[in-house]
Amino acid sequence: MQPKPTTHQTAVRRGPPTEPLWVQRFLIGAAVLVLVVLIVVPVLNIFAYALQDGVAAYFKHLTGDPDTWHAIKLTLFVAPIAVVLNVLFGIAAAWLLTRFSFPGRTLLTSLIDLPFAVSPVVAGLMLVLLFGAKGWFGPYLQASNIKIIFATPGLVLATMFVTLPFVARELIPVMQAIGPDEELAAISLGANGWQMFWRVTLPNIKWGLLYGIILCNGRAMGEFGAVYVVSGHIAGQTDTMPLRVEKLFQDFNLPASFAVASLLTLLSLVTVALKVILENWKDENVSE
Amino acid sequence: MRPLSTTWFPATLLPLLAIVAGCDFGAGKPMSGERGATPTSFELLNVSYDPTRELWRDLNAAFIADYKAQKQIDVTIKQSHGGSASQARAIIDGLEADVATLSLWPDTDALRKQGLLKEGWEEKLPNQSLPYTSTVVFLVRTGNPKGVKDWADLAKPGIAVITPNPKTSGNGRLSFLAAWGSITLKGGSEDEAREFVRKVYGNVAVLDTGARGATTTFSMKGIGDVFLTMESEAQMTLKESPGKFEIIYPPQSILHEPHLAVVDRVVDKKGTREVAVDYMKFLYTPAGQEIIAKHFFRPIDKDVLAKHHDVFPDVKLFTITDIVANWDEAQGKFFAENGVFDALYRPAKSENRE
Amino acid sequence: MKPRQRRILPGYSLTLGYTMAVMSLMLFLPLAALILRATSLGPKEFIAAVWTERARAAYTLTIGTSFAAAIIDTIVGLLLAWVLVRYEFPGKRICDSLIDLPFALPTAVAGLVYSNLYVEKGWFGRYLVPLGFQGAYSQTAIVLVLAFIGLPFVVRTVQPVLESLDADIEEAAESLGATRWQTFWRVLIPSLQPALITGFALTFARGLGEYGSVVFVSGNMPFKTEIAAVLVVSRLEEFAYAEATAIALVLLAGSFVMLAAINGLEWWSRRYAA
Repeated sequence: MQPKPTTHQTAVRRGPPTEPLWVQRFLIGAAVLVLVVLIVVPVLNIFAYALQDGVAAYFKHLTGDPDTWHAIKLTLFVAPIAVVLNVLFGIAAAWLLTRFSFPGRTLLTSLIDLPFAVSPVVAGLMLVLLFGAKGWFGPYLQASNIKIIFATPGLVLATMFVTLPFVARELIPVMQAIGPDEELAAISLGANGWQMFWRVTLPNIKWGLLYGIILCNGRAMGEFGAVYVVSGHIAGQTDTMPLRVEKLFQDFNLPASFAVASLLTLLSLVTVALKVILENWKDENVSE
Repeated sequence: MRPLSTTWFPATLLPLLAIVAGCDFGAGKPMSGERGATPTSFELLNVSYDPTRELWRDLNAAFIADYKAQKQIDVTIKQSHGGSASQARAIIDGLEADVATLSLWPDTDALRKQGLLKEGWEEKLPNQSLPYTSTVVFLVRTGNPKGVKDWADLAKPGIAVITPNPKTSGNGRLSFLAAWGSITLKGGSEDEAREFVRKVYGNVAVLDTGARGATTTFSMKGIGDVFLTMESEAQMTLKESPGKFEIIYPPQSILHEPHLAVVDRVVDKKGTREVAVDYMKFLYTPAGQEIIAKHFFRPIDKDVLAKHHDVFPDVKLFTITDIVANWDEAQGKFFAENGVFDALYRPAKSENRE
Repeated sequence: MKPRQRRILPGYSLTLGYTMAVMSLMLFLPLAALILRATSLGPKEFIAAVWTERARAAYTLTIGTSFAAAIIDTIVGLLLAWVLVRYEFPGKRICDSLIDLPFALPTAVAGLVYSNLYVEKGWFGRYLVPLGFQGAYSQTAIVLVLAFIGLPFVVRTVQPVLESLDADIEEAAESLGATRWQTFWRVLIPSLQPALITGFALTFARGLGEYGSVVFVSGNMPFKTEIAAVLVVSRLEEFAYAEATAIALVLLAGSFVMLAAINGLEWWSRRYAA
């Protein structure tokens, strides 16, 4: 694992902070205030609006409307596919970029981050330019009756684009830190590629991988901009949860809109909780 | 290792492609009975504009029941709603709409320009493909505290106006043209009209991208004194929150003509022409007209209109051709890049450069 | 660190092929489509499309609000990182976990709830609007929501650096007679600088491309609250594909420059640290 800080530092621990107590209190107060205003109150606001008609109404909003129910299922279908594809990509890319040197490696490393910086709307637009009826592949796709844009594959592609770097970004530093020595040893001892991967590489990167999956999944479920452009907004068919939030909001169905929003918020809270649990778990396992 | 890996390379692509292509079948079963010899069930996609969600919900239910009873054919109708122009764009990009029920003529005509509709599409359905009309009215807060009565009041200082962006919303474009016409049709010059709309849009507090967004801004978030909106939308807002708003009919306004169109290229491909045409024609039946009136759109059927006369007061309505030659000219003159609308929003320092 | 044993490890062709295939399909091909569509305009029309007054106003606004949000997040992020690393207080773990929420919360939900909070009738708005603070449908609204979305970047880049700082330096500075404040400015800030700048750049880059939340809170008024990404959509609605892609290309070029800058910064700070 990554080299731990030098021992004397951990042994001594940092001396007590030297700010006067009132400064400490003031800073803590300011920090908590920031969190409350920026994060806690907005989250409470979502749940307050979602539950304003009571718990029974809340569940009815989520399960009683077939279009909403379909949107929930669609999101829970699209996000995992995008995550699985990005895990495959992330592992391949991280292996390539940390275990081999070849011309253009640095460039490729930076390019992987590009989807982070591309406006989701532009991402959606690019997919339309490729797969839309007037796009590059449009005539071919129409002739063979394959639907990509305005159908589930388009949603998967848009989600995948936006979350492309997540897994790779987590894995690259981890694999760089571990170095190739163990893998080289496995190969020289006669293991084949898959054995090496399953027995050496995967156990080493599992934390980073899980972390990447959680982040990737959280983002995938909430994607709005790119999906907005390629969805076509067909109720009960191509509306994902975030799109449904907007649509219900515009249908004057405020409680239902906030109910779906609260479900998304809940999912992101779960994402954050999983991340914390994972970190604790990892700390325990590593310190053993 | 090398030969193995190179043979592996195309193989590794397969899962990716398979999943991407395959999830169309995994997700749902959208394409039912498209190519059967004698289909007994059809699925239609109606791509429409924003404020018609409730209208189509009722119309679809009535049509489906009616069609089942008469022809023993099951029809499922999927709805897509959004800004009129963006919906047209989606159809052009490949959204397979059997029928396009958009807000403004140029949006539907854009489909013709791209070859999706045949020439003369307006003639295919009765009454120039118009089963109903509407108009732009003012929605104000109860008691009309700012005393908004006519278009001229919108330009007064201290009035906060809500209207959607004419660039992205059909409602927005109509409202703009109605404001423009309120000057030019009374004999005002173009410069006066320009000055007037500049003042009105200077009073706009939020310029939402879609009609529905604007409605929620005004009614739910409580922003603005007057909301320029469709009669139907205004009536529905009254119904949603009784006692909070009232409708002001200006002395004259613009006629809204939302055309229907059966998208030729799509129905020919899917083999749904007959049912799509029947679906559209249902809107002209007394039952259809009644539902239309119930949702506060003005039915073309004189009898039905007369029956609901209390909700549809007489307003002097002008059409787009009263102020410009046609829609294409309006589009180019007012809403294209660097058109009249763009000029309104230029910051003060560059105002006289025009 | 450089793996010199090039082809001893297996999977070079496999991973190279797969990575390149996915990146071609997901990145290069779409990029090529975008660039070709935009360049179909010809240089003159391209400039005319991307350099209108309205577009310039949108770029200025996008850059300005992202910059303001990044500044706010740098200050607030440093405060949060500092408090979380240096002090003990009840609820610290929860606070620490909450920082990641903006990463996980869908941006559309963030936009929805922020506009809901700061309008005149909202929980915050009912107190703030009478004071003249327009936290919805204004440039302030864009800055606020961008600050929310970018909050984790600075905290999460500064936190590990702050943790790994050697307490000895501070003690040395203080034993040499520096006040706490001097130590902070002269000793701590310089060592945190690379992390702060990276966090700032990440927040800034994120803000440039943000759409989902901004479209809910901004009001989208040309020249006032219309950001560049909204302009792309609005040009698309006018069926002006080539013009829309041209503006998209400018946005993309902007993000690419930011990305290069961030990578450069990371490289620089690693060298600096070494």
